[in-house]
Amino acid sequence: MAGTPDDRRSTARGDGAVATDASLPPSAVDPKVRDAEEKKWTPGKIALWVAIALLGGVAWFMLAIIRGETVNAIWFVFASVCTYLIGYRFYSKVIERYITKPDDRRATPAEYKADGKDYVRTDRNVLFGHHFAAIAGAGPLVGPVLAAQMGYLPGTIWIIIGVVLAGAVQDYLVMFFSMRRGGRSLGQMAREELGVIGGTAALIATLLIMVIIVAILALVVVNALAESPWGVFSVGMTIPIALFMGVYLRFLRPGKVMEVSLIGFVLLMAAIIGGGIVAETPWGTDIFTLDRVTIAWGLIVYGFIAAILPVWLLLAPRDYLSTFMKIGVIVMLALAIIVVRPEISVPAFSEFASRENGPVFPGALFPFLFVTIACGALSGFHALISSGTTPKLVEKERQTRYIGYGGMLMESFVAIMALVAAISIDRGLYFAMNAPAALTGGTVESAATWVNSLGLAGVNISPDVLAETARNVGEESIVSRTGGAPTLAVGLAHIMQQFIGGTAMMAFWYHFAIMFEALFILTAVDAGTRVARFMLQDSIGNFVPKFKEASWRPGAWLCTAVMVGAWGAVLLMGVTDPLGGINTLFPLFGIANQLLAAIALSVCLAIVAKRGTFKYLWIVALPLAFAAVVTITASYQKIFSPTPAVGYFANNAAFSKALADGKTEFGTAKSVAAMEAVVRNTAIQGWLSVIFVVLSIIVIATALLATVNAFRNRADGTAVKDTEDPARPSRVFAPAGLIPTPAEKELMAEWDKLPPGARFERAGHH
Amino acid sequence: MSTGLAAVTKGFRGFARYLGGVLGADAYAKYLEHHQAAGHGTPPLGEREFWRDRTDRQDSNPQGRCC
Repeated sequence: MAGTPDDRRSTARGDGAVATDASLPPSAVDPKVRDAEEKKWTPGKIALWVAIALLGGVAWFMLAIIRGETVNAIWFVFASVCTYLIGYRFYSKVIERYITKPDDRRATPAEYKADGKDYVRTDRNVLFGHHFAAIAGAGPLVGPVLAAQMGYLPGTIWIIIGVVLAGAVQDYLVMFFSMRRGGRSLGQMAREELGVIGGTAALIATLLIMVIIVAILALVVVNALAESPWGVFSVGMTIPIALFMGVYLRFLRPGKVMEVSLIGFVLLMAAIIGGGIVAETPWGTDIFTLDRVTIAWGLIVYGFIAAILPVWLLLAPRDYLSTFMKIGVIVMLALAIIVVRPEISVPAFSEFASRENGPVFPGALFPFLFVTIACGALSGFHALISSGTTPKLVEKERQTRYIGYGGMLMESFVAIMALVAAISIDRGLYFAMNAPAALTGGTVESAATWVNSLGLAGVNISPDVLAETARNVGEESIVSRTGGAPTLAVGLAHIMQQFIGGTAMMAFWYHFAIMFEALFILTAVDAGTRVARFMLQDSIGNFVPKFKEASWRPGAWLCTAVMVGAWGAVLLMGVTDPLGGINTLFPLFGIANQLLAAIALSVCLAIVAKRGTFKYLWIVALPLAFAAVVTITASYQKIFSPTPAVGYFANNAAFSKALADGKTEFGTAKSVAAMEAVVRNTAIQGWLSVIFVVLSIIVIATALLATVNAFRNRADGTAVKDTEDPARPSRVFAPAGLIPTPAEKELMAEWDKLPPGARFERAGHH
Repeated sequence: MSTGLAAVTKGFRGFARYLGGVLGADAYAKYLEHHQAAGHGTPPLGEREFWRDRTDRQDSNPQGRCC
């Protein structure tokens, strides 16, 4: 790559030309000192990294090569953690050194735009938790569960390798570039870097993708709560609890966030226990046993109201609860898996790994495994979080590697733990829970017969086991509880009861898991609807300026109604789909999420090229190429595959033909109305796939064009317009990672010696 | 024994403070700190007004939550 017109020295671009205040200690560790520190390999350091590499190697060997009867869950923990550590220490350092080139002498937006409200310098460890809570939700808990149909190994490899080379790279780059632009959003960056066409395509794609993502997350909740009086009661109670917390914070004790969160948490636990009692009573069963369509409508109405209510009343308090639960649940899950160390009997590759007619989701391993697991490996949605909120809070530029790259590694670890929890249950049980009712027949007897007829090695399930499991977790039935959440809940209950409480506690743990998943999803639905509404208002505002006013009620309500109507329609489509909504719609969710990742990576590619870094462009091009190939292949198959189970239009044609032939039932659709529903749904899903892929191709193409232009301009010396905010000198210092290095400690001591008055003076003047 | 207890208390306090930071419970304290450092002539918002303002601004400035 000798011919690339790279900028060899970053100082040539003026990065280094920041005049720092001489009366203050340096705001960055001297690059020479840092380099020497990084390159100095003491025997202890070498031994540590050799040990990590060896342990990781052994763990991967146990997972991938050894074919015993079972494999212990602890190897998943070692394989993932060791790989993350190596990826973080070595690969993200390469990205830092050659692509982002952070400069701690430059002030971050949190410093030069400081306002004490939106732009606030935040301790790196606190911000790590904050960012993690914003990116992690139900996604990494659901996708890996569904992907377990192919065996544990394909999913494990994709989650761990994917995050190191793709997901964490995207999060880190988007966060860094947004930080250099004062916390601009992905949409704004797309417009700046890709021009009007690319930017507009990115905006429309983002809006549509959000609709799909919200709809399918909502579908997961509906499936988890259908016919479950306990679940409906306890999840329903989160609404009054959140309202109470909102009023408490607004009027009774403003600002007592920790206090109200603790109260909320106690009430939440009471709601779970209360749900068990209420579900036992005849009136409780009567009131709270709801079918899927009713719950879906409830969710739609709720979604609309929640999105127009003021934030303080419902969204903010529930966000506190959700964050509180998120951290608690993840610590609990990790502890339980490490303490219990369940034996996994699922094969590395299942019978469905080489087929394309899996009952959980249809399609071949490539590309569909890679879209089924989106969150946890590569999630485009993160780009919306990594740009915007977090960059406005970062204290020092070098911390973005820890927060952006490290935060995503953490989410990947959550996905691995969800996978372990899901595969720790019996395989027969797994398929009985995750196949649509059209296949299992819906009763324990028919489900057991169907599962045993699949001819899966070592699978022989009896109706009694299905009935007993349902009884243990306090549900009427667990047959065909698709969507991933119930399976994870059973897996978690199975592990947790060995840790605390025994079988008697299984029902509590099951509903605890359902509760936190529902809580995460409802928060995402609220926030997603609001964000999408604002994007829509902003877009319409370009033509009708009145819509840009956020406080104009009719506009806000109309746009909210449009967004809720859009995801509500997709949700209802999924709920009433005779083929089983998750089965047909989940691939669309994954494709949408990864197309967004492709869009985000395209923007990053153009930015990196414009910065003049061509030699290491492959670091961005690699995940972009992979995401593009996976999503475009998956979309292509969804659109053109002649196999009805895979191709939307093939299915559409098959059902249309059956209708034309005058048949009254066809495949899994048992009536003419159901057949017509299939025809309608497949047409909508098919066209959505077409629109997504076309928009994404436009975005990727404009990004490639921008990259080529940047290369040409750099080669013939044309000046490239810089979209970064101008560099300003920093007047603060903080370490970059979790543990300060000796040089950082020295510098911190120097800053500590400074009289407090001299430290931040005038820092926030603007 | 008492030093052990003190260490546990300290550890718990630290954890509580961290959790509070992640939730954003310390937002008002940070606002006051900023206000003082910036040396504005106007008095800072009261605690109640600050939190009111904070959630009201989120109404027109929604933050995404991921899946």
